[in-house]
Amino acid sequence: MELKNKITLEHGSGSREARELISNLLLPGFKNRYLAPLADAASFKSPGDRLAFTTDSFVVSPLFFPGGDIGKLAVCGTVNDLAVAGARPIYLSCSFIIEENLDLSVFKQIVHSIGQWAKKAGVLIVTGDTKVVEAGNADKLYINTAGIGTVPDGLAFSPERVRTGDAVIISGTIAEHGLAVLAAREELDISPQLKSDCAPLNGLTEAMLKSGADIKMMRDPTRGGLAAVLNELAEGRNWGIELLESRLPVHARVKAALEILGLDPLSLASEGKLCAIVGEKDAERLVGVMKREPAGKRARIIGRVVREPRSMVILETEAGGRRIVDWPRGAPIPRIC
Amino acid sequence: MMKFISEFRDPARARALAGEIKKLAGGRWFNLMEICGTHTVSIFRSGLKSLLPPTIRLLSGPGCPVCVTPQRTIDSIIARARKPSTIIATFGDMLNVPGTTSSLREEKARGADIRLIYSPLECLTVARANPEKQVVFLAIGFETTIPSAAATLLSAGRSGLSNFFLVPAGRLIPPAMEFLLAGEETRIDGFLCPGHVSVIIGTEPYREIAERFGIPCVIAGFEALDILAAIRELLLMIDEGKAGVRNLYPRAVREEGNPRARKIMAEVFEVADAEWRGLGTIPRSGFILRPEFVGYDIDLVQPVEIPPAEENPLCICGQILRGTAEPDDCPAFRTACAPSHPLGPCMVSSEGTCAAWYQYGGDSVISNR
Repeated sequence: MELKNKITLEHGSGSREARELISNLLLPGFKNRYLAPLADAASFKSPGDRLAFTTDSFVVSPLFFPGGDIGKLAVCGTVNDLAVAGARPIYLSCSFIIEENLDLSVFKQIVHSIGQWAKKAGVLIVTGDTKVVEAGNADKLYINTAGIGTVPDGLAFSPERVRTGDAVIISGTIAEHGLAVLAAREELDISPQLKSDCAPLNGLTEAMLKSGADIKMMRDPTRGGLAAVLNELAEGRNWGIELLESRLPVHARVKAALEILGLDPLSLASEGKLCAIVGEKDAERLVGVMKREPAGKRARIIGRVVREPRSMVILETEAGGRRIVDWPRGAPIPRIC
Repeated sequence: MMKFISEFRDPARARALAGEIKKLAGGRWFNLMEICGTHTVSIFRSGLKSLLPPTIRLLSGPGCPVCVTPQRTIDSIIARARKPSTIIATFGDMLNVPGTTSSLREEKARGADIRLIYSPLECLTVARANPEKQVVFLAIGFETTIPSAAATLLSAGRSGLSNFFLVPAGRLIPPAMEFLLAGEETRIDGFLCPGHVSVIIGTEPYREIAERFGIPCVIAGFEALDILAAIRELLLMIDEGKAGVRNLYPRAVREEGNPRARKIMAEVFEVADAEWRGLGTIPRSGFILRPEFVGYDIDLVQPVEIPPAEENPLCICGQILRGTAEPDDCPAFRTACAPSHPLGPCMVSSEGTCAAWYQYGGDSVISNR
């Protein structure tokens, strides 16, 4: 039987339609030997002694945005959570919650995107689930992915090891994902189009770990941007972070659009960038290593760990003034006059 | 495009200007008031206070449209939002402002149809798409924003839309400046006049104020160097004993302002006495609709009953808007009142003084190293 052109409640019900969706679409899309038996659970040998395990849900609206889609995001998000924990991502799960009446062609496109990006990131989708809810009970499509990765022996990421003088490094230009999705959702007419930076980071992190540099912490500045991850790191510590606005890599077009909208690049999400806190003497060398990787071409030092003020993030502004970088406030809303 | 941002933030020139300001001030205390919320935010975002000598106090005036909107107006729009036949169209900053018992955000969560708009003209699209609903635009703002509200109303009339209404809550800046000076509650040595408002009204309206009260007024742009240059200019004028108006934002502000925008504004609105939060009623400081357009004023067409409005007694927004207190003087600041649980509008609006202090730090944390 041919697949109809809309997702219906039957596709999530354990019926023939559901089975066909899995066999005709998901299996070929994610093709691998662990998924193929379609058992209730994937079974595999432990890929290492020390494992990392993470999960994330994706509810982005719109489903497609310049530079990506919810499927690519669902792969990269979980891959990156593992990567910045110092792990090597290996297996992913992938579960869909679909609002009935979603175009099957849309779902196909997203499944294709997941398969493609899993392949690029070198991970296998080994288990999953599909649920369909009545129209109005979800917004088109939500995806959850969980991931398992192996952690190298001797990895010692910890904020406890951070010291005054350590460098803060960013792997490239910031705020692109947040702005691209905001512009797509609000139909802001920004031209030329701004693209999300959504990309897997595991190639980059592998190279960084291999360099042997004294990396104390890594984070990916997704929701809330750098402002959120750096505040999270500094909170309650007996050190603070000082950033230099003039060093922040922001694409000229992004910077211009943010100026007009009154938004702060520090509080907008990236989905293909990481920031790292690194021992002072290894910092320059590590930046060199990062720059040789496609995901780290515009890596640079953007600040340092300082003794005072503690527990805070401070910005030396372009004009040479100083101000606090606080947690971002709510959803970004452009100013009114 | 970036060419027009970076050079207005050049650190060497900023330091040089700050040095001149320090020399001019010579340890004397000056109270300078920036009358526009966008200036307040820019001062904090670029960390200018840390560059200036501590004897230069920058007071934030009543220049944040959300902040000066009276509680009663907010309560009535919240009451209106509860009507299933109504769609409220508003700028995003209004969403979190606490009314006496609720906020627009709470009403939205309970199912009210509230649309965030970036331009008043979007109201017309909403009105066209929802002919069975009344679309009510909360027309807050100053001379900058009100012309676009007027243009929207005229456009609704031309296209025969019968379901577009507004709440006229616009305010004029110069009467508020006069009010503060006449009140003599706060010593103000000079005004940093708002760039955007001046684009519309030009330089003339400040002249009368400057002469009557013998006070220097400098129209400034919004970048760090714009503001520093304006502060230096104010100090020079004070030392020369010169009251008057100087325009340091000629790349946007013409002496005559924007007559076309003023014409559209005057076609639709007339000036009347108006209530400001924290300041009370100021003569001839607000916009109401002209008689031929009162059919667009939702409060006249369809009044709502609301209980007496109450401001939170802990909130000192009123004093902050008058320049008689700073957020650090408020016992609720950072404790009972924060952006996630605001007591008053100054903590809500992205242009609010308390919000800027909270977010960017207004105290010793970032003072000169």
